[in-house]
Amino acid sequence: MSSTVDGGAYLRIEDVVKDFGGGAVAVNHVSIDIQKGEIFALLGSSGCGKTTLLRMLAGFETPSSGRIVLNGQDLAGLPPYLRPINMMFQSYALFPHLTVWDNIAFGLKRDGCAKDEIAARVEAMLKLVQLGKFAKRKPHQLSGGQQQRVALARSLAKKPQLLLLDEPLGALDKKLREETQIELVNIIEDVGVTCVMVTHDQEEAMTMATRIAVMSEGRILQIGAPSDIYETPATRFVADFIGNVNMMEGTLAVDEPDHVVIDCADCRHYVGHGITGSAGMAVSVALRPEKIRLTCDKPEGEFNQVLAKVRDLAYFGAYTIYHLLLPSGQVIKVSESNLERHRADPLTWDDPVWASWSPTSQVVLTQ
Amino acid sequence: MSPAKRNGLLQRLMRGRTAVIGVPYLWLALFFMLPFLIVLKISISEMETVRFKDLIVYADGVLRLSIKLSNYVFITEDDLYFKSYLISIKYAAATTFWCLFIGYPFAYFMARAKATLQPALLMLVMLPFWTSFLLRVYAWKGLLSEHGWVAEALMALKLDGPLQQLGLIESPGLFMNTPFSLLIGMVYTYLPFMILPLYANLAKMDVRLLEAAADLGATPWVAFWKITVPLSKAGIIAGSMLVFIPCVGEFVIPELLGGPQTLMIGRVLWDEFFSNNDWPMASSVAVVMVLLIIVPLALFNKYQAEAQEVKR
Repeated sequence: MSSTVDGGAYLRIEDVVKDFGGGAVAVNHVSIDIQKGEIFALLGSSGCGKTTLLRMLAGFETPSSGRIVLNGQDLAGLPPYLRPINMMFQSYALFPHLTVWDNIAFGLKRDGCAKDEIAARVEAMLKLVQLGKFAKRKPHQLSGGQQQRVALARSLAKKPQLLLLDEPLGALDKKLREETQIELVNIIEDVGVTCVMVTHDQEEAMTMATRIAVMSEGRILQIGAPSDIYETPATRFVADFIGNVNMMEGTLAVDEPDHVVIDCADCRHYVGHGITGSAGMAVSVALRPEKIRLTCDKPEGEFNQVLAKVRDLAYFGAYTIYHLLLPSGQVIKVSESNLERHRADPLTWDDPVWASWSPTSQVVLTQ
Repeated sequence: MSPAKRNGLLQRLMRGRTAVIGVPYLWLALFFMLPFLIVLKISISEMETVRFKDLIVYADGVLRLSIKLSNYVFITEDDLYFKSYLISIKYAAATTFWCLFIGYPFAYFMARAKATLQPALLMLVMLPFWTSFLLRVYAWKGLLSEHGWVAEALMALKLDGPLQQLGLIESPGLFMNTPFSLLIGMVYTYLPFMILPLYANLAKMDVRLLEAAADLGATPWVAFWKITVPLSKAGIIAGSMLVFIPCVGEFVIPELLGGPQTLMIGRVLWDEFFSNNDWPMASSVAVVMVLLIIVPLALFNKYQAEAQEVKR
């Protein structure tokens, strides 16, 4: 990750609070440092404060306390129209009475650029988002994906120091979203603009962002790269929010510096690394469905295995999700890739099966 | 016609949609189109002592069609008509301008007011309709005549000097029966017709567009002119038409509040019908007035159709 000259962050959100009154605090003491060139995602369910935080960056809301510093400049008191920040709005907010060309030129005209300069810039933007042919059209004559690209071009036209994306792909259908995710990231990386996006869609955050902040009830629960958030969630909430997870409750039985053993109702977990804790404490073991193997024969050893019964299965083509009933009555999910067209020993309802996993696949959560 | 076929036709005629559209059309045909055709016929008829001559006469094997155009020719020759048409259009335009000038900010802030406050504000706009229009215009007579409250206030504010300079009143202190009193009455009466369509339009506007404009560097003032005003064009046109069209033919307000300077076409029409008893002449004045109003109306309809298309 590149850093600025003085080693500080490019965008620094310092202990920002937004209190709308009426009890709930929308954004509660949030601090984030964002480096130049990052695509940073604020991820959370609706009402978690992510949009309020984004609107404070844009200048539509004023923080109750705390500072926002962009590239050394404190943004406090700066109205939206004076900030070197542009935003791609949720469902785009394109001006319906202006053509695509005029929509993109709108911000440049406000800066009082020369006519030929504006024209050159708009043409460059149209080329960037491959909409040259549609310059004369009005927004309502474009498809959802094209409108999204116009919105992107409009927000990039002024070469903002910071680009904000509010649910950038929320208005597109699933198939188009997948294609657009990669295209959007490519364009943003080509331009090299620092970007903060807001989304409730964890897949969108994982594929697009270099780092993610998971938010809940106005607070940040964890900041990290997508793989960090997924593979080493810090709390039960994060583990549960990102992807699917099987959560088993247990007590710490053996606490060694290089391994721990956790006794659960159905199995004994052997975890190949030490944790901070003491024997006898209650912990949760998080285990992702794709990290569990299914076999008909009992695996070797005594740890990290359980004999279960297939209660349900859902075939998705590329993979199958099995719902296994454990002796204690807990149901866990197991996802198996369908590596071959037909499984040699097809599992079906009520079949007994051994589920097992390696000592590096669990995450032990204490909070 | 076979019974089956006849049933089909009957069914089609009786279908709800046809009936719903048909009733108002029938109403308009009977009480607008037909009278207008009668007026048109009178305007080109020769007047005999008590009745009009028939347009088509068949006598002695000769079919004679007589269309008298002299009334229309007279309208173009005598500049009384031309002047009063012009005055009508002038005052209608001035009324429209002032209604827009006062009504737009009103509608704008009403549309941006707290949602709980909006019904009350809307109610206030419509409240004057609960009192007879005639009474309200008469009230202005009292307010503007000598020692009337408004007249006194205008005097106290020393506004009669500037008004005289603008030619809106003739001499200081006399506000009644002047262009000023006429305009006050017309703007007062027609203001709600401007505010209501503007409000309906502005309330629908997506405020995120203004945020987007601000985000792109537009100050609130620039955003207003570049985004809000263009997007409320349909409302501005609808309101202006609702004010302009009836103002052109307005008779009651000029009669009560206007003066010799403000001879509008409605008054001329009245005189032709009831003082001169020259029905053909009066009819031709009316026909020309309708034509004058139909042109802006057609433009309005065309714009509405275009606006509808944009929304789709």
